[in-house]
Amino acid sequence: MTFINYASREINCKIVYYGPGLCGKTTNLQHIYDSTAPQAKGKLISLATETDRTLFFDFMPLELGTVRGFKTRFHLYTVPGQVYYDASRKLILKGVDGVVFVADSQEERMDANIESLYNLEDNLQTQGYDLNQLPYVLQLNKRDLPNVVPMDDLTFELQKKGEPVFEAVAKDGTGVFDTLKAVAKQVLTELRKG
Amino acid sequence: MSQSPFILQEQQFLRLKNVLERVRVECAARVVFLVDRDGQTIAFNGDIGDMDTTSFSSLAAGNVAATTSMAKLIGENVFPAVVHEGEHESIFISVIGRSLLVVVFDQRSTLGLVKLRAKRASHDIAAILDEAVKQSAVIAASANPVFAEITDEDIDSLFN
Repeated sequence: MTFINYASREINCKIVYYGPGLCGKTTNLQHIYDSTAPQAKGKLISLATETDRTLFFDFMPLELGTVRGFKTRFHLYTVPGQVYYDASRKLILKGVDGVVFVADSQEERMDANIESLYNLEDNLQTQGYDLNQLPYVLQLNKRDLPNVVPMDDLTFELQKKGEPVFEAVAKDGTGVFDTLKAVAKQVLTELRKG
Repeated sequence: MSQSPFILQEQQFLRLKNVLERVRVECAARVVFLVDRDGQTIAFNGDIGDMDTTSFSSLAAGNVAATTSMAKLIGENVFPAVVHEGEHESIFISVIGRSLLVVVFDQRSTLGLVKLRAKRASHDIAAILDEAVKQSAVIAASANPVFAEITDEDIDSLFN
């Protein structure tokens, strides 16, 4: 839920990166963190296991600048991807303003992508959201690997409602900011609609 | 669909700050926060030093979200308060509707005092937030004069 504070002239929005385990959600956030000027970001908080797998969530606040005299701050979250962390995923979707689904382009991860996408729809519904009404972007990650599904096939399988689709290689930053811009733009456009 | 925005007017913000200041003084606390259950800082009062308040709020909300789910698993509806006691600093979190009152205190105060003062303040906080929620719905239902004027160029300029 967007939080607008007229006293401090701030708009705060929540964006969640969703997707199957090891698809690159945390890598997206890490790249945004590494590429952003210090004054525009807060700390990158990672609640991870000892082997660096996301346990609860990753979080970073990102200040994009001023629109109509209001500072716009995006709170970026990732969810843990593994199937058994579903309770945590549900919690993190509370109050969401926009979702990025990060798909793993490798052939052997196709089923995991589809399962995670169903899980996203279910969990949104549990929280009272409809994916069709929510700012949403699809990112096809790991496009640099040799065994990837062609983009058209992946899009055909995973695109839900004509949302923007971006090819990405999150580990070198390709497509990361295009994805973020697309979802942030949709969130702010929703705000304009009221 | 996404939920209507929560809009806090300047007067409401100042009234909340006053309540937080009162709690902080009465409890001899270091700092008092009011946090949205989605993890956004609504207001705070006190000495934050170099504390990252944005991360603090996000983690406080995550903490309460997790303990609330744990409560449900054992048949409780909610844990109305969560306490973390440290060697020097402690944290008391009280759930007030959609918000969390978070008190950071040290040995100058006691948990009993913090609980008592937080409970007294919770009615005032709930009343101000209820008013803000009702007004937010009215503003959201009408064309918001500030945000209706946002242009595509405004949005694009954020990314340049």
